[in-house]
Amino acid sequence: MIRIALLVAGKDLRIERRSRVLLWQVLPFGVTGLLLCGLALGPTHAGHSSAAPGLFYLVMLLVALLMINRSQVIEGSVGTKTSIATLGLDPAGVFLGKALALAVELWLTAVVLLAGSVLFLHTALSGTVSALPSVVVILGALAAAGTLYGALSGGGQGPATLLPMLSLPAFAPLLIAGERSFSAALDHGSIWRWWVISLVALVAYLALGILLYGVLEES
Amino acid sequence: MSNASPVVELRDAVVMIGGFPLLSGVTLEMPPHSLTVVTGANGAGKTSLLRLLGGLVALTSGYGVVSGVDLKTGDLRDLRRRVGWLGHEGSFYDDLTAKENLTFAAKALERPVGEIPTVLERVGLAHRSSTPAKQLSAGQRRRLGLAWLLLRRPETWLLDEPYASLDDEGRTFFDQLIGDVVAGGAAVVVSAHDPLRSSSLTPRTLTLAGGLVVGDDA
Amino acid sequence: MIKQLSQRLLGPVTLVLLALTLWLGLWVTPPDKVQGNLVRLLYVHPAIAWVALYVSFGTAAIAGALYLWKRTRSELMDRIAYCAMEVSTVFIILTLITGSIWGRPTWGVWWAWDARLTSTAILGLFELAYLALRRANDDSDLRARRSAVFAIIAAINVPIIHFSVDWWNTLHQGASVFTEDGKITVHGSMLVTLFISLFAFTLLFFWLLRARYRLEVLRDEKYQSSLDEALAQRRREGVH
Repeated sequence: MIRIALLVAGKDLRIERRSRVLLWQVLPFGVTGLLLCGLALGPTHAGHSSAAPGLFYLVMLLVALLMINRSQVIEGSVGTKTSIATLGLDPAGVFLGKALALAVELWLTAVVLLAGSVLFLHTALSGTVSALPSVVVILGALAAAGTLYGALSGGGQGPATLLPMLSLPAFAPLLIAGERSFSAALDHGSIWRWWVISLVALVAYLALGILLYGVLEES
Repeated sequence: MSNASPVVELRDAVVMIGGFPLLSGVTLEMPPHSLTVVTGANGAGKTSLLRLLGGLVALTSGYGVVSGVDLKTGDLRDLRRRVGWLGHEGSFYDDLTAKENLTFAAKALERPVGEIPTVLERVGLAHRSSTPAKQLSAGQRRRLGLAWLLLRRPETWLLDEPYASLDDEGRTFFDQLIGDVVAGGAAVVVSAHDPLRSSSLTPRTLTLAGGLVVGDDA
Repeated sequence: MIKQLSQRLLGPVTLVLLALTLWLGLWVTPPDKVQGNLVRLLYVHPAIAWVALYVSFGTAAIAGALYLWKRTRSELMDRIAYCAMEVSTVFIILTLITGSIWGRPTWGVWWAWDARLTSTAILGLFELAYLALRRANDDSDLRARRSAVFAIIAAINVPIIHFSVDWWNTLHQGASVFTEDGKITVHGSMLVTLFISLFAFTLLFFWLLRARYRLEVLRDEKYQSSLDEALAQRRREGVH
């Protein structure tokens, strides 16, 4: 399972490095999103709002939707999927590999957007840096959940429109945990509860993916 | 026909997807070490039959055993590992090079990656090994697909309209390769609009229409 | 015979219990000393919420899990999961409506970002997503498997959503029936009516589930006959 996971993750990341969709499309989209958040807050609040952590995570959710869709599109046409199906890869390994690749891409995006958050939304640098561990865990959970939902929505009618419908309700607790832990990091507050939510979500989605991804592949 | 156990046994096999019967009751047997050509008009069910033999679509009703795997109750993932598929659509990761695509397959199957240059040489793509798959011509992509199969050495080869996009030289090369593969013990099933024109091969020809076998020269 | 008898009695018993709840709730039980007659929603809202969040959703998730397990995989399980989720969606919408009606005079607004309302709304979105997923897939086995997986994921999310929203914000009144140390806070005829309402609405769910299930069986039979016709048509293509 681990061998296949590393193989699949390496393949996805190699494709991403070659295509540069993350660099030229997704990152600019994320930065644009942060800028729009500032505009939406209005000139008085743009640089002084306690909504900054929530807005960071909201933009990350939208970025995640793009990347989840991309993760499925990478598998290509029906022909490619058929060829890969004949390799008989362990579905749990495929799930972990795709989730790992997606997580790496989200972490890289988060570094850029956290810098953007400091720059545009004026979140304190020290607090933003201390939020990093919680960002890593929450985005890891997001990647695991997103990989599952991406597989659920793929192949049906209108997969691109179905994905947000399926995944956003599930992302809500991650958005809450993310916003609360980022805010707590900025205010030096307690974040143990949000660590519990994030870790439980991460473990739950990893377990669900390992157990159920094969069923989705079969279908 | 040989007396060995058939590698494919279908009886009244029906495949339904989205309420449409792709196959409407196919009955046939195929021995090992054989070459079978499946012909028919567009929509006759040729690709669907190949996908059924590869465990790539579910058997809705009827009986089917391929390479000892029951199509209704057996482990289809196990069956898929034993078949090689060459489709008429693109079958690779477009952004990876020819060599990277084959390396992925080799590592997935725990085959030695040292075989890859030999395989690429055999299909005439050694000079294009570092070219991304999306930049290969249709004929070259077809050859890459063959390289993939040569690396995998499956028991059953399922080739969906493999002669499309091939020039005469490509067709001759293809015929030689299929002959070698059948002689090596594999069962090869090829779908084509017309019966094979090459005189160097003597396949069994099945004709499909309406999801049924309507002609068999076995 | 017992099964047939219980099926026949389900409807009449449900109606009787609902009528009893209505009578007790509107005429027999007294108004609350603080909330006045608004307290009569106690005999509707918690029962509907109980059915929406636990009984119906739980039924859908369990049936989905049983569909995925090879030994119990059957069209019956898929139909139960789908029908239960549909009925659950109706109950969740009613939960939100009755919750808003109760909340308006209490909080002054139709919607407040209260933990229970918010988590109920999120679960409602899960259920709408489930229904959207069902409609996105034509193939019956594909649809059944994907829906089952989604129902299980949604069920796992219930505690995650509950705690995250609860820790995020709480305006909702606390335990309405039992305090944290297990003492009962509702008394006499109000408590009796509350439990009758819980039972009545639970039976209502199973009554609606049975009716919806029958409709689904009829739909599947009609679909099956269209499949048979499609197969015959396809075979005629082969002959000609």
